[in-house]
Amino acid sequence: MENNNKKSRRDFIRSGTRLSILLTLGAVGGIAAKHLTAEKYVWQIDPFKCTQCGRCATSCVMTPSAVKCIHAFNLCGYCDLCGGYLKPDANKRSTAAEDQLCPTAAIARKFIEEPYFEYVINEDLCIGCAKCVKGCTSFGNGSLHLQIIHKRCLNCNECSIARLCPSQAISRVKASKAYNVKGSFTKDSKV
Amino acid sequence: MKCKLMLDRYLQMKNWIKITLVFAFLMFNLAGMAQKQRFPKPEFGTGYSQPTPVTPEPRALALEYTDVVVLLIVLSLASWFAIRKRSRKGLLWLSVFTLLYFGFYRNGCICSIGSIQNVSLTLFDPGYAISITTLLFFLLPLIFTLYFGRTFCAGACPLGAMQDLLIIKPLSLPEWLRKTLGVIPYLYLTFAILFAATGTDFIICRYDPFVGIFRMDAEFHMVVLGIAFILMGMFVARPYCRFLCPYGVLLNWMSRFSKYHLSITPAACIQCKLCSDSCPFDAIDYPTDEKQSKNTKWGVNRFLVYALLIPLWIFIGGFAGSKAHTWISKANPTVYLAELLLSKPEVRNDQKNLDVQAFLSSGKSLETLVKEATVIRQKFYSGGWIAGGFIGLVIGMTLLGQVVYRKKNDYQPHKGNCFSCGRCMNFCPVKK
Repeated sequence: MENNNKKSRRDFIRSGTRLSILLTLGAVGGIAAKHLTAEKYVWQIDPFKCTQCGRCATSCVMTPSAVKCIHAFNLCGYCDLCGGYLKPDANKRSTAAEDQLCPTAAIARKFIEEPYFEYVINEDLCIGCAKCVKGCTSFGNGSLHLQIIHKRCLNCNECSIARLCPSQAISRVKASKAYNVKGSFTKDSKV
Repeated sequence: MKCKLMLDRYLQMKNWIKITLVFAFLMFNLAGMAQKQRFPKPEFGTGYSQPTPVTPEPRALALEYTDVVVLLIVLSLASWFAIRKRSRKGLLWLSVFTLLYFGFYRNGCICSIGSIQNVSLTLFDPGYAISITTLLFFLLPLIFTLYFGRTFCAGACPLGAMQDLLIIKPLSLPEWLRKTLGVIPYLYLTFAILFAATGTDFIICRYDPFVGIFRMDAEFHMVVLGIAFILMGMFVARPYCRFLCPYGVLLNWMSRFSKYHLSITPAACIQCKLCSDSCPFDAIDYPTDEKQSKNTKWGVNRFLVYALLIPLWIFIGGFAGSKAHTWISKANPTVYLAELLLSKPEVRNDQKNLDVQAFLSSGKSLETLVKEATVIRQKFYSGGWIAGGFIGLVIGMTLLGQVVYRKKNDYQPHKGNCFSCGRCMNFCPVKK
């Protein structure tokens, strides 16, 4: 009899504690629910904040990085003397490897008509080092810029590049507007 | 000597003028660019069609909800296998599935362990929106554990599954070592919450030893850590779960009060001792030795002393935490940068320091940065008191736990530490 009493008392304490834990969890959930979002968020680069430091190539958990160069063709001047394609001290304007800025030769230069050239990024070769972006932004229109390619991005809980980005250019954006491609995305349209 | 100094100063000034000029030039150019492009897009005579940049869409939201459904199913199955079906085999195959799905297919992310940080961040930073998926991944395993024990660890955690499947020859660790190492998860949890709540870092994700294996890609030191844990796990079963996992702390609490819990025997224990060797995690409590618990008077005194010491432990912990806050807060990049710029102004000329250069070119004033850093450091100060106090409480409670004797008649799983893996059930000779 005494044993039974003891047992029921222990059960009572246990179920009481369980209930209070449940209430605590409910409270935590409730407070968190205030900031709940049904929208999916993904990481993306603001090309206007990016300072082309080169960490995107080295800090991503993926090798090669999920950050790639994107070409906003609408903004391109189709220059022969391309600041994003050619090294500043290039011998001649050609496709020779020693003249190219890109370390992996991921940019294909194609003649369109005199004197215009088209520049297309080979995403598989691009490592996201931003060398071309720097060249294009400082000498050209800035049509080349970095973006996180969501087919490759694992959408880590905390983006390891965002943590190290010196200009806080990487932030979470709504998945419905997953890219900040220059042209449609302007400096003023920032969220 | 003086001449040289003058020269130096002149050169420095010249440098500054140069930098200012370059800045002015850049600003001018930027202002111009906003209006029109430097090189306007040409009108093509030939029929050139312009390509569009390829922007593949991210993983669909529906698939994220699928993950929640899969988690719910796996949790239910694990609980059913552990409590009703009493099937070790079922749990084993379930953990294989979890390893493949949440581990190798989902790359170990999303996971309940990491969700602690998202929840803490959203509690302290109203600007941070938490997704439904993350909140459910945090809450569902806790609720399940509150009712069925740590079946999450047995079947639904990819990290646990990985370690569980690689146990080869588990060694039994002495109790003092288990108790001492058992404090580490509390420390890890405390720091993870502190760093997440101050918006500093997600350390659980960053130092997850197995995520590199899941995605087959990691930094060198993380690969070393992952392999070390796997090798260790062959002999010390589930080292991460027992001595590191911060989510395990929460699950431990939940499981202690769980309504149902896996039992070793389906009927009455016949005290055959067979199960005692089956548990690789030393999570089976033995029946108490009557002779050992005779000396009660001394035990009561010790209990009282240890209980009265707890407030002292809390104070010591809190005090230490608040004293250490300056040092801990340096983990925050904003605080670090502000401190660096204040203590070493010459770092402004270091072209190789990307953080400093990016800050200087951002046009943000040092004052604003310092103000931001002060706010963050203040958070670390109050956080240091709370975190330190909590660690003190944990130490006090661990010591108190050493002097509490609870009478046990049978071989029982320790409800807090048992992962509900079901190995012991196979060893029990009592069937029905």
